[in-house]
Amino acid sequence: MKVLRTFVAAALGSAVYAISPQVALGQDTIKIAYTDPLSGPFAQVGDANLKQFQYILDFINAKGGALGKKFELVPFDNKSQPSDALIALKSATDQNMPFILQCSGSNIAAALIEGVEKHNERNPESRIIYINCGAVATELTNEKCSFWHFRFDVHVAMKAEIMARAMPKDVTKVYLLNQDYLFGQSVQRDVKAYLAKLRPDVQVVGDELIPLGKIKDFSPYITKIKAAGAQALITGNWGPDMNLLIKAGIDAGIDLRYYTLYAHLVGGATAIGPAGDGKVRSVMSFSENHAVEIGNKDAEAWTKAFRDTHSFDFYAAGFRTIFEHLQSAVNKAGAVDATKIAFALEGQKMKDFLGYDTIMRKDDHQIVSEYLVGVFKKGVKYDSEKTGLGWATEATILANDIDQPNVCKMKRPEMPK
Amino acid sequence: MEVFLVSLLNGLVYGMLLFMLASGLTLIFSMMGVLNFAHASAYMLGAYFAYTISLFIGFWLALIIAPLICGLIGAAIEMWGLRRVHKNGHIAELLFTFGLALIIEKVVQMTWGLIAVPYRVPALLDFPLFTLYGTNFPAYRAFMLAISALMFGAIWLALTRTRIGLIVQASLTYPEMVSALGHNVPRVFTLVFAGGTALAGLAGVIGGNYHTTEPSMAFTMGPIVFVVVVFGGLGSLIGCFIASLFMGLIQTFAVVFDYSLADLLRQFGLTVTSSTPFAEVLTVPLPRIGALLPYVLLVLILLVRPRGLLGTRDT
Repeated sequence: MKVLRTFVAAALGSAVYAISPQVALGQDTIKIAYTDPLSGPFAQVGDANLKQFQYILDFINAKGGALGKKFELVPFDNKSQPSDALIALKSATDQNMPFILQCSGSNIAAALIEGVEKHNERNPESRIIYINCGAVATELTNEKCSFWHFRFDVHVAMKAEIMARAMPKDVTKVYLLNQDYLFGQSVQRDVKAYLAKLRPDVQVVGDELIPLGKIKDFSPYITKIKAAGAQALITGNWGPDMNLLIKAGIDAGIDLRYYTLYAHLVGGATAIGPAGDGKVRSVMSFSENHAVEIGNKDAEAWTKAFRDTHSFDFYAAGFRTIFEHLQSAVNKAGAVDATKIAFALEGQKMKDFLGYDTIMRKDDHQIVSEYLVGVFKKGVKYDSEKTGLGWATEATILANDIDQPNVCKMKRPEMPK
Repeated sequence: MEVFLVSLLNGLVYGMLLFMLASGLTLIFSMMGVLNFAHASAYMLGAYFAYTISLFIGFWLALIIAPLICGLIGAAIEMWGLRRVHKNGHIAELLFTFGLALIIEKVVQMTWGLIAVPYRVPALLDFPLFTLYGTNFPAYRAFMLAISALMFGAIWLALTRTRIGLIVQASLTYPEMVSALGHNVPRVFTLVFAGGTALAGLAGVIGGNYHTTEPSMAFTMGPIVFVVVVFGGLGSLIGCFIASLFMGLIQTFAVVFDYSLADLLRQFGLTVTSSTPFAEVLTVPLPRIGALLPYVLLVLILLVRPRGLLGTRDT
């Protein structure tokens, strides 16, 4: 018995020992809790985001981090559940992390905005900033906006406007298919609104909401889309809902064009394949070929280095913009203090690594940056996921062109001295 | 007509895949009286084994080897696990298989990772077989149909035309009697369990690349397979077959019919407006509740006909 007890004590001791160096190391870093689906149907997206973030952080840290400290990402799996994201938030605030970062799922974002708002009100000494890297339902920086929430991706209404502008003149019949939750409903509403405004000749022949992440075979939907006589499918689907949908469409070989928000994410290129040459468009912040198109050698070399060590494309240019903004804001704030950093972020203007203007709007904490419409086709310099095809830029929309108004009325804290 | 034919084909493919999974489960369930929660896990293992094997020696050998491995695992589970737990009654067995399902999922996550593996349709079958009203029918789906039809034929022949099949069939309905006649019922159990698991593995091999191979695939497929088994009825392979096709077709056709209860009421001269009670429920279109329909049917059949469609004895 005594032997056993000693053994247990030793085992516990070594466990503590194994953890403690990390804790000690963590004290002089700026910790960012990153919560996204790292298991479940959307794990592939969360995993790809994480790898790109780590690549970007290595780069930012090599350039000195902020205030002489390095940024450190602490991942928390939220299994696409708002409740798990709130647990991640709790752990982050318990450890006094100044940032929580989340990209995937506007329903989760809405829960986080509320959770952060409450926490910061009750605990003014340990506030936290919510950095939104891709939950884009329009209302999050409008009706639901918060001082502590900074969104670093353009929202659905902006993307819908880009898409409506990019729609060719000969397309007059479109079919809408979206995921049945906050974000998908936002796409449905905003795309219809902008089509009605900019392209009154376009008729919506079908409008569908599907359960999030549940459908394995989209063939029945493809049959329905074809029967409705649609020339183009507009969808905000992401993750498996995007890849399986597009795969079913391409496999069925029907004559359809795809206007998407997320076909360029991980797995998308593989799902489209060579048969989809020129058929799929995506509203995106970046593609590896864009650096080539604008002749930016530095950006090309930097993304190529990612490409050489990973099995998928680097598509998250916006993520680098996030950390360049954070780096600058933390330096400006002069302390790792959430309130000071938040004020420093407000209205901050920067050029991103491609040389375009970006601004974190003060009144709604929504970034406005350049955005691209990409087409997936043959004959580009960098192909995607070894398919031989890749994304070429069809249109570049600058920040000024999508600077839509907002209805945000946020409650601001007192400016710290 | 176009929508009908294409949907019919899609529904058939899905229904036959369900049947491959459910047929093994229905045999196990009927004989042992235990809903094997780990059955869909064998489906997942089949897909992962096939993926790994196909990396080395190709899809065609994986098609044979992966189900065999699943069958062996099934036999081991029955001989060294279930048989010991059996003494403690059905609840213990149920919990045992439930625990097993969770363990298998974790093991799969640890071995192959959390994200989907790139398990693809073999190049030889990656072409459109024919075109129906401008919609391609992929050859791989025809292959799935063929495999599952072959399997149905093989099980049916084995059960009705061979001696071992006769004993299995007898054990399905009168296990105690068969035992009393001096047959080694435990060995029959092992055989059926291994066979059922191998069939689930086979379904995984051909279903894993048709859908996606990821750690949650067992838990998404599990409930619907139970519905098929209960709906089809205990101890009836034909009932299971009909139920599988029915569920496959119902889920496929639910997607294409944009009707709601309000449309049905309109046929009787009742118009639903926003002030009608339950207006929100009545106007929900069928595609949005398609995934729910099998469970509605499950509840209904348990209320009306607890032994299932062609069941020979009560659950």
